[in-house]
Amino acid sequence: MDKHEGPDAGTIRLDDPWYDALAVGWGEGEGGDPPPPRQAAGGRAAPGASDIYLEVQRSAAFQEVRSRYRGFVVPATAGFLLWYVAYVVAATMAPGVMARPVFGAVNVALLAGLGQFLSTFLLTWAYARHARLRRDRAALDLRWTVFEQERDQERNRNQSRGSGR
Amino acid sequence: MTTEHQTLALILFSLFIAVTLGITTWVSRNRHGSAEEFYVGGRLFSPMENGFAIAGDYMSAASFLGISGLIALFGYDGLLYSVGFLVAWLVVLFLVAELVRNCGRFTLADVVAARMSERPVRIAAGASSVTVSVLYLVAQMVGAGSLVGLLLGDSGTAARTLTVIGVGALMVVYVSFGGMRATTWIQIVKAVLLMGGAVTLTVLVLLRFHGDFGQLLTSAAERSGHGPRFLSPGLKYGADWTSRFDFMSLGLALVLGTAGLPHILSRFYTVPTARAARRSVVWAIALIGGFYLMTIVLGFGAAALVGPDEVRASNASGNTAVPLLAAFLGGGAESTGGAVLFAVVAAIAFATILAVVAGITLASSASVAHDLYASLKRRHARQRSEVAVARVAAVGIGAVAIALGLLAQDLNVAFLVGLAFAVAASANLPVLLYSLFWRAFTTRGAVWSVYGGLVPAVVLVLLSPVVSGSPDSLFPGVSFQFFPLQNPGLVSIPLGFLAGWMGTVTSAEDPDEAKYAETEVRSLTGAGAV
Repeated sequence: MDKHEGPDAGTIRLDDPWYDALAVGWGEGEGGDPPPPRQAAGGRAAPGASDIYLEVQRSAAFQEVRSRYRGFVVPATAGFLLWYVAYVVAATMAPGVMARPVFGAVNVALLAGLGQFLSTFLLTWAYARHARLRRDRAALDLRWTVFEQERDQERNRNQSRGSGR
Repeated sequence: MTTEHQTLALILFSLFIAVTLGITTWVSRNRHGSAEEFYVGGRLFSPMENGFAIAGDYMSAASFLGISGLIALFGYDGLLYSVGFLVAWLVVLFLVAELVRNCGRFTLADVVAARMSERPVRIAAGASSVTVSVLYLVAQMVGAGSLVGLLLGDSGTAARTLTVIGVGALMVVYVSFGGMRATTWIQIVKAVLLMGGAVTLTVLVLLRFHGDFGQLLTSAAERSGHGPRFLSPGLKYGADWTSRFDFMSLGLALVLGTAGLPHILSRFYTVPTARAARRSVVWAIALIGGFYLMTIVLGFGAAALVGPDEVRASNASGNTAVPLLAAFLGGGAESTGGAVLFAVVAAIAFATILAVVAGITLASSASVAHDLYASLKRRHARQRSEVAVARVAAVGIGAVAIALGLLAQDLNVAFLVGLAFAVAASANLPVLLYSLFWRAFTTRGAVWSVYGGLVPAVVLVLLSPVVSGSPDSLFPGVSFQFFPLQNPGLVSIPLGFLAGWMGTVTSAEDPDEAKYAETEVRSLTGAGAV
């Protein structure tokens, strides 16, 4: 985690607390584009929005979420795409195999088709469960982390602007 | 068809139209006129509502009438369609739904433009989204025309023209007055009606066979005249190598195209969070999967009870199998029960078309106003005027779709839908996946991947037997056919991915690490999502 509420921020706050409280939110003069990350008094660059995202991207917590997501999605996608392509190729290239009866009127082709339905339902259930149990909580925490860092950054920016008056 | 049939069906049509217009008026009574409200209904739908609306957006008349008709005529080969339509939702669920919800605001282009130089990317993605939407719209208009033609018999040429114009005019009213809120509720009502109709017919079919699915299959195979071959693949797509590759091309387009359909993507923005988007897809998969399972029973039921000969006599491509089955189950075409069931099924099919048409019109008007207009105009416009542009765009798209729908009246509906899926899979999916997952992707790569999929897909169709060179084609007199397959997916989808890769490796611009970090973090955590 970045400690960008350093001593600089502290001293600035002491300078002009009242103006700062009023200036929060609708900053004057910042029309459409957010102002570029400004140099704080101590000489260290205050992080811009993109720095926050880069930093979160490098954090262990985010990498854990990402690897959990990919750990499920990559093999599952490869699996169902292969199974589907195999089914389509078998249906068009090997109708003889697909026509082999299994029991009664039911043949391999029908079982494979119903198998596609079944595997789709099962994978849907597995994905939803995996996401709910293994990913949602951590993702929400990260969302808060980003939100708080952005808020702090906004506050610092307003403070440094306030002190510049 | 008898006059009572027609009267009853027309009364039910009118009832549905009255109810949906009522909904449009009701939901637009407190409209704020903001873009948020118009495009995505304030993002306040629940996962269940959105799941029903997705199902209502996705299950077009081509599924309801087309697939069961194909099963009734060709047996197993019709089932191949429904498998592709369903498995496609795993691509949506795993790779697209949550991430797109987290990264974008209204359209597909939002997701890509967040990382890239905005203007060229928006124009490219907007153009391909509008192309896909118009193709899909034409399919639905043609479907509406043939449905009414079926109801009114041979006298229907003027009636078909009027229907296409009427459907177009209605959807413009729904969309431009009601926005996403009205569209969503129409789709929910339609999904409930469609599921209700399908469940009723399925139960009636299974009751005929005392709940014995095996017996249903056996009698269908016997009645078809093909014997056991009816229950295995090859009747439609097994004739020669061209038709085999054609089917593989279609299969690829179906499974990859859904995730690139603009009207499906825009539905994920109507819920508050990515988690809600995921839960709505789970709902949608349950509904769509259940529905396609029922179409199998309906298709084989039509083959066993009505018989392929009678189905083919009524409509050569089988689109009337389910209405005929309904009439039979109600006690025969001449009985009251038969007339009622027939009219109900016809009205449901009509409702289906209207709901799908409204969804696509809304999504494409969003692409025009939010992507194309916003990028091509000079000065900054305020949000309110963007909604005004979107309303005008809905009217314009309606007009284009009506004109093309009248021109393409004789094309097969399922084919047109397959085409829209192929273009979506070639032009929209590569750029979406690259933007979400590839660190090194650049603006040039994005632009190339859109045009590199869109142009080949469209050109290959123009050079295909659908447009010229065969008796069934759009211009049977001339021949500029160079491409053997009807569906371009097998060639154009790899080309879209390839073009995106080529554009990226040849571009001078360095990929923006910070913007990729932002996309990746936002897509997986929901940070900064609207």
